[in-house]
Amino acid sequence: MDFISFCNRRLMVLLIAALFGMPVHAEELTIEITQGSDKAIAIAVVPFKNNSVSAIPEDVSRIVKDDLQRSGEFDSLAVERMLSLPTQATEVYFRDWKLLGQSYLVVGEIEYSTLDKKYKVRYEVFDVNTERRLIGEVLSGSESSLRDLAHRISDTVYKKITGVRGIFSTRIAYVTLQRGSKGETDYRLQIADADGRRSRVLLKTTEPVLSPAWSPKADKIAYVSFETGRPAVYVQTIATGARQKVSSFKGLNGAPAWSPDGSSLALTLSKDGNAEIYLMDMQTSVLKKLTNHFAIDTEPSWSPNGKDIVFTSDRSGSPQVYRMSLSDLRPTRLTFDGRYNARPRFSDDGKRIFYVHQKGGVYNIAALDLKDGSQRILTETPLDESPSIAPNGRMLIYGTQRGKNGVLAVVSVDGQAKYFLPSKFGDVREPAWSPFLN
Amino acid sequence: MKMIAKKNTLALALSLTVLAGCSSTDTQPVDDMAGMDQGAETTALDNAGDVSATELSEAEKAEMEKQAKMKEEAALREIRTFYFDFDKSDIKAESRLPLMAHSKFLAANPNVKVVVEGHGDERGTKEYNMALGERRAKSVERFLVVNGASRDQLEVVSFGEERPADMGHDEAAWAKNRRAVVEYK
Repeated sequence: MDFISFCNRRLMVLLIAALFGMPVHAEELTIEITQGSDKAIAIAVVPFKNNSVSAIPEDVSRIVKDDLQRSGEFDSLAVERMLSLPTQATEVYFRDWKLLGQSYLVVGEIEYSTLDKKYKVRYEVFDVNTERRLIGEVLSGSESSLRDLAHRISDTVYKKITGVRGIFSTRIAYVTLQRGSKGETDYRLQIADADGRRSRVLLKTTEPVLSPAWSPKADKIAYVSFETGRPAVYVQTIATGARQKVSSFKGLNGAPAWSPDGSSLALTLSKDGNAEIYLMDMQTSVLKKLTNHFAIDTEPSWSPNGKDIVFTSDRSGSPQVYRMSLSDLRPTRLTFDGRYNARPRFSDDGKRIFYVHQKGGVYNIAALDLKDGSQRILTETPLDESPSIAPNGRMLIYGTQRGKNGVLAVVSVDGQAKYFLPSKFGDVREPAWSPFLN
Repeated sequence: MKMIAKKNTLALALSLTVLAGCSSTDTQPVDDMAGMDQGAETTALDNAGDVSATELSEAEKAEMEKQAKMKEEAALREIRTFYFDFDKSDIKAESRLPLMAHSKFLAANPNVKVVVEGHGDERGTKEYNMALGERRAKSVERFLVVNGASRDQLEVVSFGEERPADMGHDEAAWAKNRRAVVEYK
C-alpha cells in the first residue's frame, strides 16, 4: 500500500519502541504438570555431555526432556534411574534400555567454539526395540539461541516418533494483571516461548487489555486496549513494536480474529446499535457487516479454510455457538447442551470446535465433533475460559482460576494430559497460542 | 431510604394543605388536617382568616414542596449504580425511581453530560461479557432518554468483566459486579 492511501485511512501508527528501553519486567511462567497421559511413550533423554571447558548456560537435554514430558505423549525417564549415561552410538547398550522399559533413547554432546562463539550440539535418537538410529544431527547456535536449539531438537524427535509436527518452538501471548494496594491496575500484554520462558512485554498500560490474536504469519498481534478510556483494536508488529489503531468506533471494538490468509480481520463492533460481527479488509479498512440481529453476536473464529466462521450469539435467549458460511451469511446453531456455550475456536483440521461450556454453574472447556455432534468436556476447574488451540491441534491453552488468581493451563485435546503455567504474582489470562513460526 | 420516606410524608401533607386553601370552606379542611402532620397543621392554623397572608403562605408552601421534592430527587440521584441479574440487562423495579430522578435532572440541565458504564461478573467469556455490559449500559441509556434526557447527553461504555466492584469469587461479589453506573462528567 502507498503512503497516501495509508493516511487516508487514518490509521494511526504509534511507535512504542521506547517501551522496550524501559526496565519493564516480564513475568516468567513456570510449568507444573498435574496429569500425564496413560498412553505416553517411554523415552530416555540422557544428559548431554559438556565437552567445553566452561559451564553451558542452558541445560539443553533437560529442556528436550521437559518439552517431551509436557506434551503428555511422552514419559521421560528420570536420570537417577538410568543404568548408564551414553553420549554416542558406540556407548549405547540397548539391553539396558529395554530392561528399563524404554521405547526411545536420546543421547548427545555439546561443544563450545571460542573461535566463532557458538555452541555445537550433536545428538542421536534410537529406537530401542529395533536397535536402529532414527536421527543423527548437529545443530549450532549462539548462547542466546540455545533454548531455540533445544526446542528444535524436541520438535524433530516428536515429529519422527509421532508423525505430527511439534509445537515446542511456538509461542504464547497472554495478558497479566497486577493490582496495587490502592486498587491501581497494571495490565501487560506479553509473549513467551510455549514453555512460558523468555517472556517479553509488548504493551504496558493501566487500562484493560484483552483478546490478543496472532496473525497467521505470527509476526503481528491484534488486541483490544482500553488505554484511551474506550476500547480500540490495535495491530502491533512484534519485531518492531510499531502498531496501528485499526478500529476505534463508537461503542464496542473487540474480539479480533485474523482470516487464515491474513487479509482481513473479523471483529465485533456496536457502532450501528448493538454487538455485530464485521469483516475488516486489512488493506483498505473497508468494513463488511456479517451478522445482523438485535441479539449479541461476538467472538468470531475462522475455519481453517477461511470459508466459515463460528461465533457466540444469544439470539436464542442464551449464549450459544453458531456457524455461518461467509458466502450466504446464514447462521446455524451448533450447541444445544446447557444455557451457556461461548467463544468457539475451530480445531486445526476444522472438524471440531472448542468453546466454553457451563453446566451446574461450572465453566469448562468443551469440544464438539462437528460431524456427529458429540460433546466432550476437557477440563474440570470451575472458571475456565479463553481456549486457544496449539497449531498442531494436539493441545489447547486456556485461562482458569486458582486460589484468587487467574492462571494459564494446558490440556491435550483428548483430555489426557494437563499442566498449569502459574505465575509468581498477579493474574494471568487471555492466552493465545501462536501459529508455527516458520 | 428512611429519610426519603419522611420527606415524602411531608410533601404529601403540604400538598393537601395547599389543596385545602383552594376550597370554599376555609376552616373545615384545616380541622380535618388536625393530627395528620404537626408542622403542616400549625402553619395552616397560624394563617387562618387572613386571606392575603394565606396566599403568601401557599406560595411559601409551594416553595417548600418544591424544595422537598428537589431534596428527594437529589437523594435519589445519589443512587448511581444499578444492578442486573445473571445474563440479563432489563432494568430492575428498584432502579426505576432513581433513574427517573436522573432523567429529570438531565432534562432540566441539558448541558450536563453523563457516561453510563456497563459491567459484568467474571463468569463466562470476556468478549461476550463486554457485549453484555454494553447492553446493560444501553438499557439504562434508553430508560434515561425515554424519560426526558437527550441522547447527546449520554455516552455508553462497557468494561465487561474487567473492573469488578467486588474482587470476590462468589455470588455476593458477582451480584455487585453485574451493574451499570451513571457517572456525571
